[in-house]
Formats: sequence, structure tokens, C-alpha cells
Amino acid sequence: MGDGLTARTSRRWTVLVVAAVIMVVAVLLSLSVGSNRLPVTEVWDLLLHPDGSTESAAIHGQRLPRTAVAVAVGAALGLAGALMQSLTRNPLADPGILGINAGASLTVVLAVAVTGLTGIWFYLWFAFAGAAVTSVGVYLLAGTGRHSATPARLALAGVAVSAALVAITQTVILADQQAFNEFRLWVAGSLEGRGWTELSAITPFLLVGLVIAVLIGPALNALGLGDETGRALGVRVPWTRSLAMVAVTLLCGAATAAVGPIAFVGLAVPMLTRAAVGHDLRWMTPLCLLLGASWLLVADTLARVVTAQEVAAGVIAALLGGPVFVAVVRRRKVPAL
Amino acid sequence: MSAIGQGRLVTWRRGHRSVRFSRRSAWVALATCGVVLVLAVVGLMIGDYDVSAGQVLAALGGGGTDPLASYFVTEIRLPRVVAAILVGIALGVAGSLFQMVSGNPLGSPDILGFTTGAATGALIQIIVVGGDTDAVALGALVGGLLTAALVQVLVRPHGLTGTRLVLVGIGVGSTLGAINTLLVAEASLVAAQTAAQWLAGSLNTVLWPRTTMLAVAVAVLSACAVTIARALHLLPLGDDTARAVGVPAQRIRTSAVVIAVAMVSVATAVTGPIAFVALAAPQVARRLAGTPTPGIVGPALTGALLVLGSDLIAQRLLAPTELAVGVVTGALGGIYLIVLLAVDWRKR
Repeated sequence: MGDGLTARTSRRWTVLVVAAVIMVVAVLLSLSVGSNRLPVTEVWDLLLHPDGSTESAAIHGQRLPRTAVAVAVGAALGLAGALMQSLTRNPLADPGILGINAGASLTVVLAVAVTGLTGIWFYLWFAFAGAAVTSVGVYLLAGTGRHSATPARLALAGVAVSAALVAITQTVILADQQAFNEFRLWVAGSLEGRGWTELSAITPFLLVGLVIAVLIGPALNALGLGDETGRALGVRVPWTRSLAMVAVTLLCGAATAAVGPIAFVGLAVPMLTRAAVGHDLRWMTPLCLLLGASWLLVADTLARVVTAQEVAAGVIAALLGGPVFVAVVRRRKVPAL
Repeated sequence: MSAIGQGRLVTWRRGHRSVRFSRRSAWVALATCGVVLVLAVVGLMIGDYDVSAGQVLAALGGGGTDPLASYFVTEIRLPRVVAAILVGIALGVAGSLFQMVSGNPLGSPDILGFTTGAATGALIQIIVVGGDTDAVALGALVGGLLTAALVQVLVRPHGLTGTRLVLVGIGVGSTLGAINTLLVAEASLVAAQTAAQWLAGSLNTVLWPRTTMLAVAVAVLSACAVTIARALHLLPLGDDTARAVGVPAQRIRTSAVVIAVAMVSVATAVTGPIAFVALAAPQVARRLAGTPTPGIVGPALTGALLVLGSDLIAQRLLAPTELAVGVVTGALGGIYLIVLLAVDWRKR
């Protein structure tokens, strides 16, 4: 028994180290790939010794801040997905699929349309409001009637809600094309031109979300055994649930405010993580942060190179994540609606 | 089965053929026709150059006194209105066929990703091959059919029913949607503009040649749909019962899916993907007529009404900026889907 546990723990540590290495590689790739491709060794030199050359300026001025944003947002989305999936005991929970990111973007777009103001500080609060309202709304819709919100119901409710929200968002944008010229990339979920301003604005919120997630991890683990068992183990169920929702709102809202709605990262990353280290959130949390960051970095790097002109990272994230969604749905037993 | 709860039934016989329908659905069909006609006339009247109802009728009769009004009515607005009606018929019938095969209101081509797949096929034609209108239609058809085949393979061995089908379809649709965006990004500037406009689902640029093509295709496919509709009604009784009364269940299912995908594809080829009409039209028609299954005629008329009405909203809501009709149906249809799910789940 003791040996088994030790073997399991050492395997988990190995997984964590591998994930960390993957993330470092993804960071270096993100720094070296672009319209002006640089060898990784040169990137490393320029990172440590900026020399004022064009290459150095490109790395420090554009790619480094962009990479940092990708790391923060990807980690946030990965963790938010893990929290949602644990909270709802639902492998299909993802901030994109459940419409939360779409809700955040609609409130931001509406706020811009009404006031004409822009800027990350302004977006943030509306993104939080939209994320909170949408997540509650989707839950209420999926929980209609006597049955509780099953995974399939939640996914369908999310699809319906985000379809309506996305169409309304498009209408608002088309109505005022001038105001939204810069905004169009944001709606597709893009990291182009994102940098320190966005990062410094969202970091406090992401940190609060992370701290909450770490603190309620053990309680969520207990709730994974069912509400009754959780209560018997001393978990304050409504309190834990509410805190988890606050964390999800902070993580998704801040991520969406910074780069726009990005789907499927929060779905695929926790799924891979669970396959590697099991359901324990204390292990899932660090691994989700690492893999979430790597996932979005890879998506963003691919977004720069797959086509002649750059596409939004959200598109690549959907391209990579859609098949994962199909794989989950195929493997699991799906209860009737 | 289909006769239960339909109220008073009327039967028309002529030789060996007979048609049976409820009075209520006949009245509903007539009323829908009337509304479609009124909307069509409104669609011919309004625009950047307003034309009175009298001038519209004169222009349609070929005796218009204002040449500019006649030109706008017969050459610009009429093809658009007719195309809206035809696209609505195609989407409504296709949605009804799918929903009868899958036994699930969510088993619609737009939810299952077939519309997106048809768009992928068409985009490959527009951007990569650079084909003409016929080639684009063919591309849409091939794309839609391949997507249907892919989804069918992915849900094996469970068949085209149930929640798994819906969720697999959503995943396939999201992936194809991302591929569509990539295709547009890869295109040259001119092709990309054509493709992006088309991808939003719009009737803004539809003229007679495409409308004529659409009319022929919709007429042929609707006739096919009507011939297998009666057999489809027997499917809920189970494959064995269906076989006992001489209906080869599996073959009927396959033909229904092929016809429905073809209808979605021709509609998509002309206008681009128009969301949610195939989902909503059969459900609205079924509730209006008070019948257990949607049938064919009701969804066709309701679909025409939805697309025509949405197109008018798209044209006038933010005038002079024209919205894409797909955006309007997306908003209306998404809200309708929310209501549909809530009502359905409340009962259980």
C-alpha cells in the first residue's frame, strides 16, 4: 500500500516535470516564431542581453508580452475548466461551451457600444458581470424541471445560450462598425497586440481566483464523492460552491476581457490532466496551469504561421479542442436528456 | 400514429391515391401562406428606393409606368424574395426530415454540424479551387454529405439518434467552423471578401440565375421528401413493425438523410449558412398545427416565413447597414432554442 502510494506520487511528480518542460518549450517557440523567425539560441541570448537590434525589439516589445499574456490566460482557462468540471461533476463543462465567455464578450461589446469607452480596465468589470450572469443563467436553464443539470443538458443549454449571445454580439458590432474596427479581432479571441497593459490589469484577479481554487481544492475533492458524503466529511456545501463560482467568474471574466472568448481550452486541458494524475484537485491545479498555458501558447504560435495572414488564436484553440470534445462524448455514457 | 389527436380529419380520394389531413393544419397552412405573401409584397416595396404596393403589382404584371421601380422590383427584389422563400422551404423540410429520423428536435442539420460542413465544401470551392456558382453548390453538397457520413461513423454503433448524436455533431460543427475561418484567412483578399460575406449567411447579393437554380433543386428534392414522408411517420413504431407493413426502415432513413443533406446544401450554397431555421421551423409548425410529428408542408411554409421575415428584419433593423439574415435567424433561433429546452425539460 505504502509503496503503491509512493509510486503514484513519484509518477505525478514526473508528469508535473514533463508538463513544465513542455511549457518552457512552448514559451521558447512562441518567442522565436513569427513574421521574423529567430533561432531558439538567439532568442535566449536576446532575452538575457537586449542589444537594441530589431530582433531584440521584436522579442521584448511584442513577443515577450504576448507570450506572457498567453501563459496567464491559458493557465486561467485551464484551471477554470477544472474547477467547473469538478463543481458540476461534468466532463463537458468548459467556459466556452457553457456560453460564459460569450456572455462576457456580449456585455463588453454592449458597454463599448453604449459608452464608446475602451481599454482593459473598462472591459474587465463588464466581463465579470457577463460571465457571472451567464453562468447562473445556463445553470438555471439546465436545471429546469425535476431533474438536476446533467452534463448533456448543461452542454445543450450552453450551446443555445452562446448561439443567441454570439448573434446578438455580431449585430451590435455591425451596427457600429467604426467603434468596433479594432474590436473584431477581440471577438474571435486573439492575442495579437496584447501585452503588459492587459497582463497587469488581469493578474490581480487571476491570482485571487488561483488562491480561492487552491483553498477550496480539498473541499471540492470531497464534494466529488457526492453532496451527502461531502457534508459528512465536514464540507460546507453552499459556501464551497459559491466560492468555486466566484473563482470561475474571476478566471474566465479576466481571461475574456484580455483576449476575447476562447473555447475548448478549459475542456481539453482538465481532461488530459485527469488522465495523467487522477481526480485530485491538489495535483490537477498545478498541472492544469502548466498545460493550459502550453495549450494556448501552441494555439497562438500556430495561429501566426498556419496561414499567410495571422488568424485568431481562438480559432486554432477550437480546431484543436473540437476533436477532444468529440472523443469525450463518444467514450462516455451519455444519459438521456 | 400520426392521426392521433389531430381533431377532425379530412380525406381526399382520387382513384387509388388519398390525402388525409386535419382541418386545423389546413387552416394553419393557409394562414401561413397568407402571411408569407404579405411579407413578400412588403419585401418588394421597401428598400433604398421605396415602391408603393400598386406599383409592385403593376411591375409584376409587366405594366409598370416607373421603369426604375419596375427594375428594382423584378430584377433586384423579386429574386431575393423568391430565394428567401425557397431557402426557407429547403431548410424547413430538411429540418423536419432530420427530426423525424432522429426522433429528436435537436437532431437538426445546423446543430449536427451539417450546415457548417456544407459551408466548408463551398468555401473550398470558392477559395482553393475558384469554381463558379455550380461548382460551389456541388462543393456544398459534397461537404454536407461527407459531414453526415463522418458524424454517422463517429456515433456508431448507436445510430443517428439520442443525445450522443447531438453532442458529437456539436463537436464536429465547432471543428469545421474553425476550419472555415482558417480557409477565409488563407484566401486572397478578393476571395476572402466574397467568402466572408457568404459565410455570414446573406441574401444581399442574390440575383435571378442563382434563384432559378435553387428553384429547380428545391422542387425536385421537395417532391422526393413528400414521397417518403408517409413511410417516415411509421418509423417511431419500431423497425420490425415498419417492415411488417412493408416499409424498409433503414433504407427510408438513409434516403431521408440524403435528401435532407442535399436540401441544406443547395440552400447553403446560395445564401451561406443560415442558422436555426431547420431547427425551429418544424417545431413551430408542429405546435401550430397541433400534430405529433411535423410533417412536410407545415415546416416548409414556416421555414419560408422565418427566412423571409428574418431577411426583412436584417434589411431594415439597422438601415442603411444591411445585416446578414443568418445573424437575425441566429439570434431569434438561439432564443427559441432556449425556450424550447426550458419547456421540454420542465415537463420531465
